[in-house]
Amino acid sequence: MAIFSVYVVNKAGGLIYQLDHYAPRSETEKTFSFPLDLVLKLHDERVVVAFGQRDSIRVGHAVLSINGIDVNGKYTADGKEVLEYLGNPTNYPVSIRFGRPRLSSNEKLMLASMFHSLFAIGSQLSPELGSSGIEMLETDTFKLHCFQTLTGIKFVVLADPRQAGIESLLRKIYEIYSDFALKNPFYSLEMPIRCELFDQNLKLALEVAEKAGPFGPGS
Amino acid sequence: MTVHNLYLFDRNGVCLHYSEWHRKKQAGISKEEEFKLMYGMLFSMRSFVGKMSPVDMKDGFLAFQTSKYKLHYYETPSGLKVVMNTDLGVGNIRDVLHQIYSNIYVEFVVKNPLCSMSEPIQSELFRAKLDGFIRGLPFFSARAG
Repeated sequence: MAIFSVYVVNKAGGLIYQLDHYAPRSETEKTFSFPLDLVLKLHDERVVVAFGQRDSIRVGHAVLSINGIDVNGKYTADGKEVLEYLGNPTNYPVSIRFGRPRLSSNEKLMLASMFHSLFAIGSQLSPELGSSGIEMLETDTFKLHCFQTLTGIKFVVLADPRQAGIESLLRKIYEIYSDFALKNPFYSLEMPIRCELFDQNLKLALEVAEKAGPFGPGS
Repeated sequence: MTVHNLYLFDRNGVCLHYSEWHRKKQAGISKEEEFKLMYGMLFSMRSFVGKMSPVDMKDGFLAFQTSKYKLHYYETPSGLKVVMNTDLGVGNIRDVLHQIYSNIYVEFVVKNPLCSMSEPIQSELFRAKLDGFIRGLPFFSARAG
């Protein structure tokens, strides 16, 4: 089991640090003949499956590569437009790799500020007095843990639902932030964290936390 | 352990039913505003969770907790949403929320020809059955009913 990613959000809701620690692969490559039995459409600058779920290709999966050539947005690495290329019968048979679309840095920024608002609404809608914002969010595929410091910075960790010891990891990340970002004379408050020592120590802490839990990444 | 309150939303965001048991703090806005805020939060939460998830999801968003309460969420394939706020000691109550849907909502609202499906539920019988069910839950505390 594993820790998927770490986000640090400043008090204004801006994302100042993000790390993808472990991304489970869910990709499928298949060879298709003309006509394509899937409906593809352009969504958020990506070519995604709109209809025709089969095998392990799901609606919402994006086209990741065609004949081994990576796809970036709606163009392949060699500059062809994906939908146009796949609409041409002479290009078939063609091998396409599908998978869950990766988050772009823009989307990560947007999701971080979205969480910032959800956090505030969560505390406003509380039926009890003096509630904090969201501390833990549970889904069937991951758990999101959030720790807000007294100064308003939020540390968010996405981990496997079975991963234990995230509470202490969040405190540890705060410690690393204080030691290697705040004490760095070149770091300015509320701005993106670009400190090599912070990076190194964070990665180390994540590995220690993964091993310390009852389920290591190898289990 | 306690149950604070319960919201029932239809697929369009209309609050079909609201009831509360041990609620110590109001949101400081009118009930209509509160329902809209709650639905809006859940709507965004669903899309947030769908984007954040590293793998494909089945049930999606299940629950969240703050320092004081825990919100449990259950959605049927038809888009009916059951939201229950409890204290932190309550574990996974997906089956309880499913029972509210299948044993109370379906029995006393869907099968009641006098109930309109997209308006707040007026049925006294539904209210009484739901109240009885919640009060009978093992994690519903008897104090200050």
